[in-house]
Amino acid sequence: MIGPRLTAVIIVALLAGPTAVALAATQVGIVRPTSEPARPSAALGAQLYAGNCASCHGIAGAGISAARPGAGAVPGAGPPLRRVGALAVDFYLRRGYMPLSSIHDEPGDQRVLFSDKEIRSLVAYVAGLGRGPAIPHPVPDPANISDGFSLFTDHCSGCHQLVGRGGFVTGAKVPPLQSIAPTQIAEAVRIGPYLMPRFSRTQISDRQLNAIIAYVQSTSHPDNRGGWGIGNLGPIPEGLVAWWIGAPLLVLSARAVSRRRRSG
Amino acid sequence: MGGAGAADVSRQRHDGLEDPVRFIDERASAAPLMRKAMRYLFPDHWSFLLGEIALYAFIVLVVTGVYLALFYVPSTAQSVYNGTYAPLRGTMMSDAYKSVLQLSLEHKAGLLLRQTHHWAADLFLVAIVMHLMRVFFTGAFRRPRELTWIIGVTMLGAALLEGFLGYSLVDDLLSGMGIAIAYGVGLSLPIIGGPLMLAIFGAPFPGKPEFFGRMYIAHVFLLPAVLAALIGAHLALIAARHHTQFRESKRTTNTRMVGAPLFPAQVPRSMGLMFLVAGILFLFGGLVQINPIWQWGPFHPYLGENGAQPDWYLGWLIGALRLTPSFDVTVGHYTLIPNPFWGGALFPLIVLGVLAGWPFIERRFSGDRAVHNIAERPRDAPNRTAFGVAFLTWVFLIFAFGAADRIFVLAGLSYDTQLYIFRIGIWVVPLALFVLVRRVCRQLQAADAVQAIQEQAEEEAEQETQRPQPVLRSTRSEPTA
Repeated sequence: MIGPRLTAVIIVALLAGPTAVALAATQVGIVRPTSEPARPSAALGAQLYAGNCASCHGIAGAGISAARPGAGAVPGAGPPLRRVGALAVDFYLRRGYMPLSSIHDEPGDQRVLFSDKEIRSLVAYVAGLGRGPAIPHPVPDPANISDGFSLFTDHCSGCHQLVGRGGFVTGAKVPPLQSIAPTQIAEAVRIGPYLMPRFSRTQISDRQLNAIIAYVQSTSHPDNRGGWGIGNLGPIPEGLVAWWIGAPLLVLSARAVSRRRRSG
Repeated sequence: MGGAGAADVSRQRHDGLEDPVRFIDERASAAPLMRKAMRYLFPDHWSFLLGEIALYAFIVLVVTGVYLALFYVPSTAQSVYNGTYAPLRGTMMSDAYKSVLQLSLEHKAGLLLRQTHHWAADLFLVAIVMHLMRVFFTGAFRRPRELTWIIGVTMLGAALLEGFLGYSLVDDLLSGMGIAIAYGVGLSLPIIGGPLMLAIFGAPFPGKPEFFGRMYIAHVFLLPAVLAALIGAHLALIAARHHTQFRESKRTTNTRMVGAPLFPAQVPRSMGLMFLVAGILFLFGGLVQINPIWQWGPFHPYLGENGAQPDWYLGWLIGALRLTPSFDVTVGHYTLIPNPFWGGALFPLIVLGVLAGWPFIERRFSGDRAVHNIAERPRDAPNRTAFGVAFLTWVFLIFAFGAADRIFVLAGLSYDTQLYIFRIGIWVVPLALFVLVRRVCRQLQAADAVQAIQEQAEEEAEQETQRPQPVLRSTRSEPTA
C-alpha cells in the first residue's frame, strides 16, 4: 500500500518536473529594434548588442566579472569583447554558440538566432570596439590533403576523431566537423572556443590551416572503397552490424538447413 | 578382358557409400570407425548448429588469413609512403602498416579478403557467444559434458586474444592505441606486471621491433594451432558423449537418441551451412566496410584519436576500465594494484572463471550429479536461467558503457550522468532481472503443469465417452441392484 507520506512525495515530484521545465524555458528569444535597416550597419549592431549581449558582456564590451542580474533578471557574467575583433564574433554567432540561454550552459553548436544581416551588424559593432583579428579567408587546396591529414592527426584527432566525427572530452561535447564552413574552422583554430585549445600562427601557419581544412572538407565524403561506410566510426557500428545483421543471417542459415523435409 | 567382369561386379553395387568405405578399409582397416561415424545421430533442432557456424567462420579465417600472410610484413621499420592513396602520400609509416595498406588498396582482391577476414573474426565471436548461450541455457554442459564446456570457454578466451592480436598487427593509429591500453593493463598486474610486459615488449611501450614479430607468430601460428587443437578436442568429446537433444517427442529419452545420421542426412545439411556461412562472410567482406585503415593513418606513440574502441568482443573490457572508480591499492609508496587491473584483468578473469566453473558451481547448489543427455528448456531450470540472464546483463551493461561517449554525442545524455546511471544500473538491473526471470520461469512451469493435467483429463474423458453405453448404464444401476 502507498502511505500518505509516499503519496506526498509522488505529488511533489509530479509537480516539480513540469514547473522546472517551464522555468527553464522562459528566457529564449532575441530582442530586436522595432524596425531594422535594410543593410547591415554598426548602428544596428549596437542596438542588438545592447538588447542581447550587454547583460553578460557589459556596456560597450567592457565585460562583467561578477554575475549580476541583467535583462529579464537573469544573472549575467561574461568576458570583455574590446579586443576580440571580428573573428571571434563571427564564429560565436554563426555557429550558434552565443547568446547562451543561461551562463551555466555549455556553449556549443546550438541554434543560430540572428540573421546574416544582424550578424554582420554585430561583427561590425564589436570589431569597432578595439583592434582585433579580422575574419580569416582560408583557401583550402585539395592538393595538400596529405599534409592536412597528418597535421589533423597531430593536432585535432585527439578530440575530433580521425575522420572528424566528433566525440566526448571531459566536460564537453566535441562537434563533428563535416557541416562547419571553412571560415568557421579557421576561426575556431585561432580562438579555441570553450575547451578547445587555441593555435597561434607559429603553431599552425595559415598554409597549414588551409591544408587541415582541405582534409576536413574531404571527410564529408571519405574514401569508402570497402563498401558501406557505416558512419566511419570504427568498431562501434561494426559491432552493431555484426550483431543486428550478421547474427540474424547466421541464425536464419542454421534454421534453413535444419528444417526437416519429408520426401519419398 | 578380365576388367569387364570386374566392372560388372561394381555396377551391381548400388550403395555409393560402400566403395569408398571399402577403399579406405582395405588400406587402413577403418571400416568400424567410419561406420560408427556415419551412423552418428545429429539432433534436428537448428540451435545445435550454432557451434558449427563458429567452426565454419574459423575455417574462413584460416583460408583468408593465409592469403593475408602472403603480403603482410611484421616490421616496425619506418619509411615514407609513396603509393596510390593521396591523403597518406609523403607520410612516415611502419612497414607493417604500409604492407596492409598496399594489400588493401593495390593488390587484387586484397581488400575483399582482408575485410572478409575481419568480418569473419567479428562473426566468429558472435557465433561463439550465441553457441555458449544455447549450451548454458539448456544445461547442455552438465555431466558428462563438463570438459567439453571448459574447452569451449578456453577457446572463447583464445579467440578474444587472437582477434586482438589480429587487428593490432596492422599498426594503424586505432590499433596502436589498443596496444597501449593492453600494455597499461598488463603493467597493472600486481608484482609480475612490469617484468612480464618488459619480457613481451622487450622495452617500455612501444617496445622493441621484435615485439611485432612476437605478435605475428602468436597470431598466425601459436593461437591458431591452439584453437585448432581445442576444436579437435571439443569435437572428439562431443562425439564421445554425443550431442544433447531436446525432448521433442516421447521417443526421445535420456538413454535413447532420435535424429539424423551423419551420412547421408547430416553431411549435406552441414555442407550447405558451411557454404551459407562462407557466403555471408564474403558478402559482408565485399559490401560492408570494416576497419578502413587508410582512414585511420599510421600509428606513432605521440598520436591519438577520440572515441577509439576495440572490436566489439573486447568492448566489455573498455566499459569496465571506464566504469571502475578511480582507486589504487598502495603499500607505503608502492602501488601494489594499479587501477587498470580491476576492469582490464580481474573483470575478464571473473567472467571467464565463472563461465568455466559453472558446471561445478551449479552442481554445488543443485546437488544434481546425474548424467543428463536431454537439453532442458530454460524454464525448467529457473535458477540457472535467472542467473544466466542476470550475468549476461551485467556483462552487457558494462559493455554498453564502453560506448557511452558515442551515446552522449548521438543522444545528448551527458557522460557523467551515464556514469552514475551505469554504476548503479550494472548491479540493480541484473538483480531485478534475476527475480523477474525466475518468477516468469516458475509461472511458465506452472502453466505447463496445468496444461499437462488438462490434457490428461481430456484424454481420459475421451476414453470414457468412447466406452460402449451399456457399461455406463450398468454402473448407474449398480447401487439399486
